Amino acid sequence: MSDNSARSYWRSNIRIVLTLLSVWFFISFGCGILLVDTLDNIRFGGFKLGFWISQQGSIFVFVALIYIYIYLMDKLDNKYNFESSTSASTSDQAPEETITEEQET
Amino acid sequence: MSVQIWTFIFVFVTFGLYIGIAIKSRAGSTSDFYVAGGGVPPLANGMATAADWMSAASFISMAGLISFLGRDGTFYLMGWTGGYVLLALLLAPYLRKFGKFTVPDFIGDRYYSKTARLIAVFCAITISFVYVCGQMQGAGIVFSRFLEVDITTGVIIGMTIVFFYAVMGGMKGITYTQVAQYCVLIFAFMVPAIFISILMTGVPIPQIGFGSELTQDFGGGYLLDRLDGMSQELGFATYTEGQRSTQDVFFITAALMFGTAGLPHVIIRFFTVPNVRDARRSAGYALIFIAILYTTAPAVAAFAKTNLINTVSNVEYTSVPEWFTKWEATNLISFTDKNNDGRIQYLGNAEENELEVNRDIMVLANPEIAGLPNWVVALVAAGALAAALSTAAGLLLVISTAVAHDLLKRSFIPEITERQELLYARISIFIAVLIAGYVGINPPAYVAQVVAYAFGLAAASFFPAIVLGIFNKRMNKEGAIAGMLAGFLFTAGYIIYFKTLNPALDNANGWLFGISPEGIGTFGTIANMLVAYAVSKFSPEPPDAVQTIVENIRLPGEAIRQ
Repeated sequence: MSDNSARSYWRSNIRIVLTLLSVWFFISFGCGILLVDTLDNIRFGGFKLGFWISQQGSIFVFVALIYIYIYLMDKLDNKYNFESSTSASTSDQAPEETITEEQET
Repeated sequence: MSVQIWTFIFVFVTFGLYIGIAIKSRAGSTSDFYVAGGGVPPLANGMATAADWMSAASFISMAGLISFLGRDGTFYLMGWTGGYVLLALLLAPYLRKFGKFTVPDFIGDRYYSKTARLIAVFCAITISFVYVCGQMQGAGIVFSRFLEVDITTGVIIGMTIVFFYAVMGGMKGITYTQVAQYCVLIFAFMVPAIFISILMTGVPIPQIGFGSELTQDFGGGYLLDRLDGMSQELGFATYTEGQRSTQDVFFITAALMFGTAGLPHVIIRFFTVPNVRDARRSAGYALIFIAILYTTAPAVAAFAKTNLINTVSNVEYTSVPEWFTKWEATNLISFTDKNNDGRIQYLGNAEENELEVNRDIMVLANPEIAGLPNWVVALVAAGALAAALSTAAGLLLVISTAVAHDLLKRSFIPEITERQELLYARISIFIAVLIAGYVGINPPAYVAQVVAYAFGLAAASFFPAIVLGIFNKRMNKEGAIAGMLAGFLFTAGYIIYFKTLNPALDNANGWLFGISPEGIGTFGTIANMLVAYAVSKFSPEPPDAVQTIVENIRLPGEAIRQ
């Protein structure tokens, strides 16, 4: 795989990771800790919202984040023609148009 | 049938299963022994990771801790699950691509330095060893309470089982035993939780029962409102409100998250899958399997606390249920009749309170408190043993690979053959089991506390070194070594200062910025990163070969194992 497409693959990867980590931070540290008392004013069923996010909701979000990551990375790998299950030599070529497309961004 | 007979049956059947698996999956090569030949399917690895990760602390202690901490217990829940997001996004895929055997392997190769490798070996052994002693103690408690053998015999039985499958099968044996252990432990945790949820709220899903109304037998009203009300009445803190300062909860949560992502026995599980995609997938499976227990635990905590107060508060001591007397014998629950009225006063005010309840009892005695059938009570014992033994095995493997592979093969006697290396790996597991067993039988008072600090130390040493090694190509050996030393020493120093040198100052006013020793690992992590970055700016770039390694691990594709 060429240096250029390697670099643009890495840039897209970083973008995905940073986006997901900001959600991770917002839900756990934001809603679960910093804003918890404010959110506690909202109730559903027997739960106060802040309490529920900090003890249960955040964990569901963590699971979802990993699955979104798996989905986005699979898509990215396919775009750059990585096939993890086959050997590296057959997957080293990235499609030509992908390279030019990504270089412009 | 009595609880004891049921317990014997469950323990006998599950241990037989573990040994059967061990015999079927003997390790023939160092690759089998260290990483199960790299051929574990992601689903199986997810289960193994979950069992590896959920220790005696998660199974026995966590729900109980939350019962007494209320909303503040959140830092365990979020800290010990949120770390998997970091692990999945920042570490697992890249370390799998790197494709070696151990964490010190990565540190040593990435930072082209024997010193860095040795520091990593030291940190890995310290962290894992502290942790494994806690598991042996947990197994000892379960044996002594449920099988009524003494703790020494209990620990020796546990040691023998772990020794058998860890020495024979290495990672291969451990992996498939952990899959079985996950099934045992999750079944054992969920069955009583579902029973109690139905009993108290009529809802079979504990996660929902947690926010539902109590049945008429329990006085009606929402569970959490009722628990808040009872807590206030008895002078305890309101269950759904926090007591600790926000910044302390924030820092403890962060330290547990970074620590989770930096624990070597969890990281090496991702070396065992066939490729990078499978590494990502198994992180997803692992968190689902963990989340099943972790979202149930806060519900169990609330059920157990409500039930405990209902059962014992203001009850005559002569009419307490049978479980109360049995657990009194283990000193995990104790009653002193201060005002001599013959009734149990369970109150928030320490002067008037007459009941001391050990937090571990909340899970272990929960089925008995709720009056569940004997086989459910016995199941909890088998589950707690599965949790303790699976984690112990994973930790022992880290210790043995650190000694045989990193210390002997890669640092001091590189000329040994594969067969000799395998032999050394087995000998070091043997020695580690003996020492861990000894400490389990004669626990030093501070072990339980130190386990919690293992996270802070992992957070301050490994996590930044690995993340910087992947995401900062310019990071060099000088930076990484300085960073690891700064983070580890600062964190260890802070903990030792407040816990042993100056315990009088160990309160919110004495702490730096109000951060407790449990949360200081977060500062250690930040200190590590800043020091590493600054030092790397003023020292030479890493060699080209190393920069090529970094470029290579950033891309998926077949990993080449040496």
